Amino acid sequence: MSTLAVTAVDLARIQFATTSLYHFLFVPLTLGLAPLVAVMQTMWHRTGNDAWLRLTRFFGTLMLINFAIGVATGLVQEFQFGMNWSVYSTFVGDVFGAPLAIEGLAAFFLESTFLGLWIFGWGKLGPRLHLATVWLFALGSWLSAFFIIVANSWMQRPVGSTVTDGRAELTSISELLTNRFAVWAFVHVILVGLTTGAAVVLGVACWHFLRGRNVEIFRHAAKLALIVLVPVSAANLWIGSTLGVVVTDYQPMKIAATEAQWETCQPCAFSLFQIGGFTEDDQTPSFDVEIPHLLSLLATESWNGEVQGMNQIQAQYEQQYGSGNYVPPVRTTYWSMRIMAYLGTLTFLVAALGAFLLWRGRLERTRWFHWLAVVGISFPYLSALAGWVLSEVGRQPWIVQGLLETADANSPSVGTSTIALSLGVFAGLYGLLAVVDFVLMRHYASLDPPPAAGEGEERAPALGY
Amino acid sequence: MDLPDLWFLIIAFFWAGYFLLEGFDFGVGMLLPFLPRDERERRAMFETIGPVWDGNEVWLVVAGGATFAAFPGWYGTMFSGFYLALLLVLAFLIVRVVSFEWREKRDSPRWRATWMWANTIGSAGAALVWGVGLANLLNGVPIDGDGHFAGSFWDLFTPYTVLAGLAAVLLFAFHGATFLTLRTTGDLLQRAGGAARRLALPAAAATGIFLAWTVWVAVDRNDKDVFPPVLPAAAGMLALALAVLFAFSGRSGWAFTMTGAGTVLFVATIFTGLYPRVMVSQPNFANSLTVEGTASSHYALTVMTVVAVVLAPVVLLYQGWTYHVFRARIGVEEQAESPLDLVARKTEG
Repeated sequence: MSTLAVTAVDLARIQFATTSLYHFLFVPLTLGLAPLVAVMQTMWHRTGNDAWLRLTRFFGTLMLINFAIGVATGLVQEFQFGMNWSVYSTFVGDVFGAPLAIEGLAAFFLESTFLGLWIFGWGKLGPRLHLATVWLFALGSWLSAFFIIVANSWMQRPVGSTVTDGRAELTSISELLTNRFAVWAFVHVILVGLTTGAAVVLGVACWHFLRGRNVEIFRHAAKLALIVLVPVSAANLWIGSTLGVVVTDYQPMKIAATEAQWETCQPCAFSLFQIGGFTEDDQTPSFDVEIPHLLSLLATESWNGEVQGMNQIQAQYEQQYGSGNYVPPVRTTYWSMRIMAYLGTLTFLVAALGAFLLWRGRLERTRWFHWLAVVGISFPYLSALAGWVLSEVGRQPWIVQGLLETADANSPSVGTSTIALSLGVFAGLYGLLAVVDFVLMRHYASLDPPPAAGEGEERAPALGY
Repeated sequence: MDLPDLWFLIIAFFWAGYFLLEGFDFGVGMLLPFLPRDERERRAMFETIGPVWDGNEVWLVVAGGATFAAFPGWYGTMFSGFYLALLLVLAFLIVRVVSFEWREKRDSPRWRATWMWANTIGSAGAALVWGVGLANLLNGVPIDGDGHFAGSFWDLFTPYTVLAGLAAVLLFAFHGATFLTLRTTGDLLQRAGGAARRLALPAAAATGIFLAWTVWVAVDRNDKDVFPPVLPAAAGMLALALAVLFAFSGRSGWAFTMTGAGTVLFVATIFTGLYPRVMVSQPNFANSLTVEGTASSHYALTVMTVVAVVLAPVVLLYQGWTYHVFRARIGVEEQAESPLDLVARKTEG
């Protein structure tokens, strides 16, 4: 803030933020759509109803288009720790590297091998074995999420390790894997994935209802989506707030900043909306709307719980870690939390409305709801992105909570012009991929589901490459 | 053998596996503009690697992840030092990955040609950069006293390292051609055999010179004796000489085995020449990064070893099984039965 010059750390952070958020546009859909497609194929296997086969292939195609770009951008994730953050990598590799390497061995091989078997195995593998491949693919994607969340959770709450000779060292793999932070964050991310997958299936089904096409088939899809979406989006509101309690225990500064809570409070009101109050010089909002006691409840699970303020934590950290500014960007954390939570709630309301309409037998005829469900596809996406912004920005100035600061963690040998160049390359490449991906997804989401018995008026899209 | 040495070996193993498996994927990609006469043949070529390329690429991901976990200092210095080279390789791999999924998603010749070229350029480009990159570990780059890279992008290009890149491109193309002679039928098979014969001598010569030069670089710049690096180098030359013979005598299975051995020994020669260092520093040789100096703690390596011992055999088993499932040659006639048609037929019956 004090200087206008853009430093290598700034650029490295921008690059990490943009490439990671971009990557996470594709991850949740894989996490959610993989098991949904597996359920569709299982339904076909069980009932013999061709509608389920056609849906399997229809949503399978969307899943593949999406998965390709997830794989491509995932490579960047693995490389850029070393490229832009070599000091970080050297400092954390002993601990943080393990879940990453295990992810490759345990999850990526499973995911990629069984996806190949699923795509090309139609007719080559027996029906049961072929069904198993799509489930194993889904399992692989979930395992991958688990190990990445374990790695990230260690950055939020470093457990199972000590620092020796200026390097973190793993001391207990079981503590690392059962990190309380990781357990809740993993459940949270899986529910985000299922919410996204179900919202996409529901939105696409409603898009077909709107145009009055394939209504019979997509009724099955919409019903499946709602059966998943209602409980999952509701559960995620609860899991998300439980994760908030965990954060309060280990990262009190993140919670204080998220709530723009400068002074310690007891009991604490939750601010729904406020103007001002986001900087050290302006700690009191000029306007706000509050719900009494709600913050105490959310952050501590008690009616009159105490939540520490940023000023108090700052003073404590200065004693503990030396002088410095330990307050993360307050406005960003405050609003990212609210975007996340409000859109998460909206997603649940859309789902509940849909379930009501389904129960009344009006789901296929209620046009305004169809539009809502199509627009609603964006809610879980935006909510998830906001969630990551909250989680990562809220940890600043730390890259590993309490152990290493972001400003000290980048690659000393990589200058601003180099990072600027790579930022340009990724921006160009990712922009292009986004356009192509969007065009392909929209095209394939609008097609009629491929025929089950190939009457072949027009060559339907192959599941293969 | 202590754990850091074991992990050096494991990382070499994953690089070798990556060269062996993704090597023919790259080769098939490079041959795409030259072998097929029409869209059906092009599709057949794509299908020879369709089910497996993604799993093959994971070998790279695990090599990278294992380096991060087992040798954090090596990972940090190598990846930040080879920054622009890795940026290039990422760009190549990204366009290549999506080309597999997206090529058939629109029925337009231009669209398909675009993604075919994306695959070809991505394959050749990635092969080139990996050759240059691995050779630089041994040839040496400037590293300062704190273990940070102290050179520039252009330091990565010397006659030796550029030859390594070219050798990798030619070797993978040859390897891809011998792979296709096992996986195709009819005219395409004939042309794959022709490509293998045309590529055999240039690939064997470039790789042979590279292997000999590698032994010399190991002695000259990494303080090694001629023995043991000369062992994998000589074995590599022998394998490639045999590959040439088998390619010309039309013994496809043996030719593919020998090009595969060539890719593995390419990596083995570099890593044998490298040990006990992981990244040579030149001109300040004393700043070189070593296996012991950059290794993770004993506990972390023990955990990783247990995981690898349990999981690696399972992975090898199901990946091997995949190759068994898709062992049938892809003919143009048979390939007209796309996965879609198979589904259709299946549900009719």
